[in-house]
Amino acid sequence: MVVCIVSVIVAEDLTKQFGELVAVDSVSFAVEEGEVFGFLGPNGAGKTTTMKMIQCVSPKTAGKLTVFGMEVSTHQREIKKLLGVAPQENNLDPDFTVHENLMVYSRYFDIPRAKAERMVAELLDFIQLSHKKDTVIEQLSGGMKRRLILARALINSPRMLILDEPTIGLDPQARHLIWDKIKSLQSQGITIVLTTHYLEEAAQLCNRLVIMDYGKILVQGKPDEVIREYIGTDIVEAENDPEVIACLERNTTSYDVIGNRVQVYTNNPQEMIYSLLKECELGQITARSATLEDVFLKLTGRKLRE
Amino acid sequence: MISYFAVPKLSSRVWKVWLRNRDVFMKTYKVNFLPPFLEPLLYLFALGFGLGRYIDVIEGISYVKFIAPALIAISIMNSAFFECTFGSYVRMYYQKTFDAIIATPLSIEEVITGELLWGATRSLIYATIMLPVLAAFGLIDLPLSLLIIPFSFIAGFLFATIGMCFTAITPNINSLNYPTFLFITPMFLFSGTFFPLSLLPEPIQYFALATLPLTHLVMITRALTLATLSGFLVLSFAWIVLVSLVLFVLAVNLMKRRLIV
Repeated sequence: MVVCIVSVIVAEDLTKQFGELVAVDSVSFAVEEGEVFGFLGPNGAGKTTTMKMIQCVSPKTAGKLTVFGMEVSTHQREIKKLLGVAPQENNLDPDFTVHENLMVYSRYFDIPRAKAERMVAELLDFIQLSHKKDTVIEQLSGGMKRRLILARALINSPRMLILDEPTIGLDPQARHLIWDKIKSLQSQGITIVLTTHYLEEAAQLCNRLVIMDYGKILVQGKPDEVIREYIGTDIVEAENDPEVIACLERNTTSYDVIGNRVQVYTNNPQEMIYSLLKECELGQITARSATLEDVFLKLTGRKLRE
Repeated sequence: MISYFAVPKLSSRVWKVWLRNRDVFMKTYKVNFLPPFLEPLLYLFALGFGLGRYIDVIEGISYVKFIAPALIAISIMNSAFFECTFGSYVRMYYQKTFDAIIATPLSIEEVITGELLWGATRSLIYATIMLPVLAAFGLIDLPLSLLIIPFSFIAGFLFATIGMCFTAITPNINSLNYPTFLFITPMFLFSGTFFPLSLLPEPIQYFALATLPLTHLVMITRALTLATLSGFLVLSFAWIVLVSLVLFVLAVNLMKRRLIV
């Protein structure tokens, strides 16, 4: 069988400048049909700006960007027809109820009224908001609003979904519900591009991801491959003690000092623990699996971003 | 660099934005239909039947008849101007309605044009509601005054574009008070509304005709309610159409510059 991988988004040296500020600095990536592709990075890394260029609402400064094979600067309407967008900020229409929000939105896509009514009923069912059909927006909880935004993004049966921070500010229950919905949408063949600050979310959902910082892509790949490449499978942690450091230095083991802990990156935790216990005077020692968060903090640093 | 006078590319989708605003308007129609009904009555009683008792005739007619068409013109101005300043600003900045719409096949040009058409429609609705109220007092000529209905849309569009230009450049919602009291309020008083333009010194009359759009509105509505048509009105009408077209293009481009970054 021939597996044909189709790239639905292709960016080459994509750049966006706001005056002097380079928000997206010559990035290249490709998103394949049917995958969940994540953009990770601290605040101001350029994730949302990249999303806005993909959805044709912010013109690129330089480079190439095609969506479904169409150039973003010339085929905005055609591209936007095929996209569903759930923005970071809630921009539901406060003048309307839940049902009216979806109906009014369906008009922008030229969906005939009868078909729209059917779609809206289905979508409200999908996001479990049928019972809130006639509620005005301001009376919805944060989680309900995010779900409604997701439903609104699906009104035109899009081929690709763009989710900018889909679970921001949600409680764990609401977050898991959104994750389930995202997985179910992927199983229907919809390509999903998302940005997130939650690394567990990215690890759970994304087939592939990039980590961005200061407008550049630092890493690109599958979550577990990225972890293995930059950290190893496991992390052995010990107390930050001059003797421990000296011992690690003697053994030329690669390590990082983070506050009062020392982290040793390894692919073989048992052996590492054994040798450390044998050769160094260790008080407390723990081993755990490496996570995306370790990669993220290693690459983007621990300094606070404004 | 976006040009200020690039002709916007539009499609029939502009009406979807218009429909959205109409739907919101109809949801609260009781509140919305009351002001155009009450406002002329208040002015008629206070100025026409109150103050007007001390004025026998003004330019050969009673004072109430003199101000009745001005009240329509003021209502046309206010409804479109405030819809496309405070109303549009709230939708643009606080509700992010424009952002939500441009994520669909609609363009920002179409969103702004839809807003302007809606502003003009509000003027039409208000003028249309005022006509029977004024007719009930026998203050307007019929059927000639019915021409005010289509005219109110065109004139309303002018004030919608003026409002939208201010909305596009205002740093925040409070600054929209500047055009309101520096432009709209003087116009309300000095455009031949409550006293004839001819009482003003001649240079100021020309200044008013050249720069105060309301003067042209008042001349046309007055000629229609009093059935005193003259050739000069064609100039006023041409002024309104020409200025609206220029400001329409400018408003769309200014908004594009503000929102598409």
